[in-house]
Amino acid sequence: MSERSIQWFRFTAPANFYDLAGRLIPWFAALTIALFAVGLYLGLVVAPPDYQQGDSYRIMYIHVPTAWMGMFLYVLMAVYAAIGLIWRIKMAEIMAKAIAPTGALMTFFALWTGALWGRPTWGVYWVWDARLTSMLILLFLYLGYMALHAAIDDRQRASNASAVLAMVGVVNVPIIYFSVQWWNTLHQGASITVTDAPTMATIMFVTLLIMTLAAWMYSIAVVLARARIEVLERERKATWVRERLETES
Amino acid sequence: MFRSLFALLRRDLTLALRRPQDALTVVGFFVVVVSLFPLGIGPDPEFLRSLAPGVLWVAALLAVMLSLERLFSDDYRDGTLEQMLLVPEPLGLLVLTKTFAHWLITGLPLVLISPLLAVQLNLRVDEIVMLMFALLLGTPILSLIGSIGAALTLGLRGGGVLIALLILPLYVPPLILGAGAVDAVMHGASAQAHLSLLGAMMVFALFATPWATAAAVRIMLD
Amino acid sequence: MREFLAMGGYAPYVWGSYLVMAGLLVVEMVQLRYRRRGLMGWLKRMARLTEQEERK
Repeated sequence: MSERSIQWFRFTAPANFYDLAGRLIPWFAALTIALFAVGLYLGLVVAPPDYQQGDSYRIMYIHVPTAWMGMFLYVLMAVYAAIGLIWRIKMAEIMAKAIAPTGALMTFFALWTGALWGRPTWGVYWVWDARLTSMLILLFLYLGYMALHAAIDDRQRASNASAVLAMVGVVNVPIIYFSVQWWNTLHQGASITVTDAPTMATIMFVTLLIMTLAAWMYSIAVVLARARIEVLERERKATWVRERLETES
Repeated sequence: MFRSLFALLRRDLTLALRRPQDALTVVGFFVVVVSLFPLGIGPDPEFLRSLAPGVLWVAALLAVMLSLERLFSDDYRDGTLEQMLLVPEPLGLLVLTKTFAHWLITGLPLVLISPLLAVQLNLRVDEIVMLMFALLLGTPILSLIGSIGAALTLGLRGGGVLIALLILPLYVPPLILGAGAVDAVMHGASAQAHLSLLGAMMVFALFATPWATAAAVRIMLD
Repeated sequence: MREFLAMGGYAPYVWGSYLVMAGLLVVEMVQLRYRRRGLMGWLKRMARLTEQEERK
């Protein structure tokens, strides 16, 4: 047990993280490509059209995974930020910062695909549906986090301040979600909710699962790659960076 | 301990009374923004009435947000804030006191001036009473959440614009509940649920935000 | 093939979603690669400079 925890602790050291991430990224990248290839083939070619929505429902295969990713990455970012702030672990700070752009991108995809799915389904690009509205506010939270991080010159202060913001944000996300839902039910006239297909065909479910995994693998690969760059920037004066420079192209 | 907090409150209020233009600017902003809406939308009384809760709340929210920059900036510039880190009282209570003073200077005037603007937008008496009550419960939440943003942007260039991006998304729940309460009365429904949630939110903010604000002040002064 | 591209009449929506997502994912990856390459070049220049300093 104790040996194991020492092992884990080793990866919080920047040099070890850098090496480990460098070895892992190709694997995650390969998995991303393979899963996307299978998922896209199943989703766009094999899966039959929906009996009500026709082929437009195929947007679901990217809409749902990116929406999940967007929400989950925000929580993960806040967790890393909290770990970095409380236990002063530099790698956790770097991970929190590295997650933000990918999380914002995923949230944006969820909104974009939601709008394009909404046009054929609801007749309009945008409805103030509870879920869409919450996602929009989530995107604003991401943008605020990144803007605050970018506005503070001192790295350590930037990490700590934006960590506070991420934690405040993560406490607020459920409150925002429920208040938006509440607001939405009060204004029933304008709201149209997505009718969840009661019986989702197995092929659709499997495809959705594969696409979700693909989104996961992509996010992990990109976040690790970004974290590696951040580590190099922060540790540019350390000797291990110079050692790595000589071996890498 | 309460004596020193009271002294801090008195000091902040005295400073604000010496420079009343700061508080008046916020009220002026509120009045001007609300008065601009009919010019953009059109003078139809019924339509304006139906928009009034949202317009008044959004304007109040923007007015509070604009005033946030001043919450800590003066004390930050002259070093008072740094001194506050050294006193024995918990920093959370100190920032809470400062936030309360800030609300008395900016939030309360908004509540008091709101009936005048509500009349402009053709609200009835019972709706105006509800509006004032909702603002009375809601503007402290705005000040409390805003204090986090004010602390996080201490000493940054373009801090004012940044506060908007950080804080406005967090203002969504009080906006929905506050405007919803007036809306409910307008449609003959009970606003009790809105008000209880708004009250719960205020209590929660009262206990939770001073910690975050104090942490942010410490980080930015580090 | 044409039928596949038509997506049962929903082509603009389906392909608008998929292609924009694919495009932006590529943009993100290319941006990361550029950032990494720029940083590596800069670090190497700095390393060379300090080496010269040390030799003097």
